[in-house]
Amino acid sequence: MIEVRGLVKTYGTKRAVDGVSFTVKRGDILGFLGPNGAGKSTTMKMITGFLRPDAGTATVDGINVATDPVAVKSRLGYLPESAPAYPEMTVEEFLGFIAEVRGFRSTEAKRAQVDRAISLTHLTPVRKQTIETLSKGFKQRVGFAQALLHDPPVLVLDEPTDGLDPNQKNEVRALIKNMAVEKAVILSTHILEEVEAICTRLIVISQGRVVVDETPAQFRARQPGARMDEIFRTLTKGDI
Amino acid sequence: MRHIGPVFKREFLGYFRSPVAYVFLIAFLVISIAWSFSKFAAGGIFKAGIASMDRYFEAFPWLFLFLVPAVGMRLWSEEKRSGTVELLFTLPVTTVEAVFAKFFAGWAFLSLAVLLSFPLAITIGYLGNPDWGVVTASYIGAILMAGAYLGICALMSALTKNQVIAFVLSIGVCVIFVFLGYSGFSETLESVFPVGVADAVANFSFGTHFNAFLMGVIDLKDVVFFLSLIGLTMFLNVVALER
Repeated sequence: MIEVRGLVKTYGTKRAVDGVSFTVKRGDILGFLGPNGAGKSTTMKMITGFLRPDAGTATVDGINVATDPVAVKSRLGYLPESAPAYPEMTVEEFLGFIAEVRGFRSTEAKRAQVDRAISLTHLTPVRKQTIETLSKGFKQRVGFAQALLHDPPVLVLDEPTDGLDPNQKNEVRALIKNMAVEKAVILSTHILEEVEAICTRLIVISQGRVVVDETPAQFRARQPGARMDEIFRTLTKGDI
Repeated sequence: MRHIGPVFKREFLGYFRSPVAYVFLIAFLVISIAWSFSKFAAGGIFKAGIASMDRYFEAFPWLFLFLVPAVGMRLWSEEKRSGTVELLFTLPVTTVEAVFAKFFAGWAFLSLAVLLSFPLAITIGYLGNPDWGVVTASYIGAILMAGAYLGICALMSALTKNQVIAFVLSIGVCVIFVFLGYSGFSETLESVFPVGVADAVANFSFGTHFNAFLMGVIDLKDVVFFLSLIGLTMFLNVVALER
């Protein structure tokens, strides 16, 4: 579903992403790990077509992002980091706008999609509230609802459980796991248990390069008996 | 171009979801109407003794200089600062569509502000017998000129994520287009450049092109001037966002 080949992105003199390659198949939940500034978000932004890579290609469903970004964007649900949304709109208005842009123009179709997204992410109690008045957890869920709204085959989630309380984290993880059967999912996170709980594969990225691409079980087997974050620290020493 | 509709709608209604729209509309109407009654406007719209709206429209190049940047500065800066630009450009919307939608939303809002002075037109129609052709031409000219100002402001807004910088840059660029029409400025130009060059530069004045509308003349060259300035700034706006 997602194929990334040799992506490179340079900001000024700093090479943020340096030849990243991987593939994600349908049914995969790929955990994207790495220290802050290692290039996780930049890689995700290139897959979603928000940033243009300096070299390399990203294809979604066989479509190259560089040649047909709109086709890729319509197959993709994206939750940007810290879930930006228009603060002055209510949850319902905001999701309605997303639905309209996503092509659900008739009142019934729009309503059906918005209602589905709202019930999936448990936003019913705040649907008439403006987004600026919501707590961080609810804002994050609005971002999640926006990404799921059109039931896309590919989901790219940048720190989806960031700012949620432990119960909400569990709920979001369960939701991702249930949906992932017929989707390809990439999610970035700093929480290693999260990777163990839901991901079928993990990638560790350090200084713009992929240093690990394997299953959580293989990752654990690298240093039997060690905690996951110890293994992570050994692998990403270069970033500190 | 199918995505222009939803983005336009969100942007236009966005003005009314915050106090921005009401503050702006009231300020615009109070200032423009107050001007037309003040002694600066040749003694005021009633004392002039002529049934025309010239007194109301003549201050527009100066009024727009400060008020249009207030509308235009948020168009892109705010999206960039709050991160929603990432959301917008990962929706299936092209940059051209987004630029069109946002520009037209701002333009529609400014047009509304201009057209809300209609009670003044009705009053003058009741008291006297104005030339409605001239009034209509003046409204058309004001709306076209608002579009040209907005094009510049939207472009400046696309260059920075700071709204204050966008506002100041917009005024800085727009004021050049206003000054070009004044004799003092063109005399200075003539002393430096050949008369032909100075004349050519002076042709870019907002005031000169707008004054033709105030006289009731809808000349193709004035319409083309404003529309091509809108087109050029929108093109540069797309370039600025895609770089």
